[in-house]
Amino acid sequence: MAKKKFVVGCFDDEAVLFPAVKKVRTAGYKIHDVYTPFAVHGLDHALGIRETSLHTAGFIYGITGTTTALSGISWILAKDWPLNFGGKPHFALPAWIPITFELTVLFSAVGMVLTFCYLCQIAPFVKKHHFHPRATDDLFVMVIECTDKTNVDDLRSFLHSNGAVETDVQVAETGWWLGRYDKDEMPFETKQAVVA
Amino acid sequence: MASSIRTQFEIPGKMKTWSLSLIGIGLVALVIGLATKGLSSDEHEQAHFWGTLMYNTIFWTMICNASMFFICATTLAMGGWEQTFRRVCEAISTMVPIFGSITFVVLLYVVLGNKHHIYHWLDSDAVANDSLLKGKSGFLNPKFFIIWTTLTLGFWSLLGWRMRQLGNEADEPMDAEQGASFIWRGTIRAALFIVWFALTVGSTVPWLWMMSIDAHWYSTMYSWYTFASSFVSGMSLIALWVIYLKNKGYLELTNQEHLQDLGKFMFAFSIFWTYLWFAQYMLIWYANIPEETVYFKHRVQGPYKGIFFLNLIINFVCPILILMKRSAKRNYTLMTFMAVLILFGHWIDFYQMVMGSVSKDHVTLGWLDFGILSLFVGMMIYFVGKSLASKPLVQKHHPFIKESVIHVV
Repeated sequence: MAKKKFVVGCFDDEAVLFPAVKKVRTAGYKIHDVYTPFAVHGLDHALGIRETSLHTAGFIYGITGTTTALSGISWILAKDWPLNFGGKPHFALPAWIPITFELTVLFSAVGMVLTFCYLCQIAPFVKKHHFHPRATDDLFVMVIECTDKTNVDDLRSFLHSNGAVETDVQVAETGWWLGRYDKDEMPFETKQAVVA
Repeated sequence: MASSIRTQFEIPGKMKTWSLSLIGIGLVALVIGLATKGLSSDEHEQAHFWGTLMYNTIFWTMICNASMFFICATTLAMGGWEQTFRRVCEAISTMVPIFGSITFVVLLYVVLGNKHHIYHWLDSDAVANDSLLKGKSGFLNPKFFIIWTTLTLGFWSLLGWRMRQLGNEADEPMDAEQGASFIWRGTIRAALFIVWFALTVGSTVPWLWMMSIDAHWYSTMYSWYTFASSFVSGMSLIALWVIYLKNKGYLELTNQEHLQDLGKFMFAFSIFWTYLWFAQYMLIWYANIPEETVYFKHRVQGPYKGIFFLNLIINFVCPILILMKRSAKRNYTLMTFMAVLILFGHWIDFYQMVMGSVSKDHVTLGWLDFGILSLFVGMMIYFVGKSLASKPLVQKHHPFIKESVIHVV
């Protein structure tokens, strides 16, 4: 991954954040992401992020689980090693439904967790850059990606005029790298440059 | 809130014509049915007629009552999202006294008329010589049946009426203190309704009204199965009315977000229904004890085979495949289609629950069933429309109304 230059604007109110997002997008800036302390309804829509395909993946995993269970059990109990259980037919579909259901849930649950980790690029020992530690506490942090043409000072004053309480400029790694937080520096120990 | 929203529902002329003609068709079917079957000397014909009336009345009473259950459950859960269309649920629940009294008359006639072709336990000679029925006679006897049915329908109507009365207060402005008191009284009244609902729909009433047709057979899943069936149809009915009113330009504050949540209820409770369907079926299939399989014998292997599996396809396969996607639950056309399909599917479900036991050898589905259905649909449209027109469509001053207006899934 590459290092990129970002302008970070911090907001302390949801109600200020929404119009700011709208204005920043209308002005033509590219918003890298907005980090919030809690899930904000409608923010994804305001940011113009496309709907996640995680559920489609989940459906495919589920179908795979169903198929695995049904084909596995039917091959074992009806073809490979038929046994007589209480006089039931070898192909005893109702008895297999609970296991089929469980494998469906297992496949889709595990698959979706792994896919989610992949999409968000999170895993044990994987580190990502934190733009502002207070994004996990009480600040709504909007991160705007700079291009060659971006005038940083203009952008910062633009953010301030739209209600940002703090802004700063960071050059940060956009991807992930391996590391351990208990061995490396803690993100909340880093002093952030605060420009009022 | 914008003052431009239309809060007064005016009954369109078309709706009146349609509902009255459906009632007309239904009444013709009822009279012909009564003349040819209900008053016939053949006891099987009589059982056919009264059984058909029974499952229709019970189905419609229960799904309209499910609407009040929805209001009370969301009230207890401090839910706000349903406020913009709560009056629609209230209007549907006003049908409970009307359909309830019809149910009461039908059941009273069946019990007092000693229709033991429907309720085998009414036959006192059979009960005297049958240790199983004798053991159940403390529960399955006319006196208990009539008293419990009266209490059930009476309290459904009374507690529902009290809940709606309270709802009227939200049409007037209230301050914070009044609002808090309004919420608290709503909680109490909703809790009372839910307790009574659990004692009736959640347990005794489906046993008494429908399961006792197979007097020897019992299933602990039965009441929950009936509840799931009636609740999912109730939610479909609410969704249909909401979509209808949206189409007519009312309910400006209700939007796709609310529709999606209604769709989620339809989806989730279809799956819940299937879970109960399967739990009831599989245990009996696995144990394979004649006393228990007697219920499924003529349904799975007999004349009801087609209806039994059609039921599963309509009520499980279609909802899970069609309603799974988010975009489907936000699509008015698809939701209308699914709501009608689910309502029809659970009507068929009630049909096979009752008629599958009343008439074991012949599938009776025919003109009488659809005629009586048209009577009930007509009445539902007519009276719900009237009830909607009698009050503002939105409780403007409900403490939670803003929560509903800004609701986002």
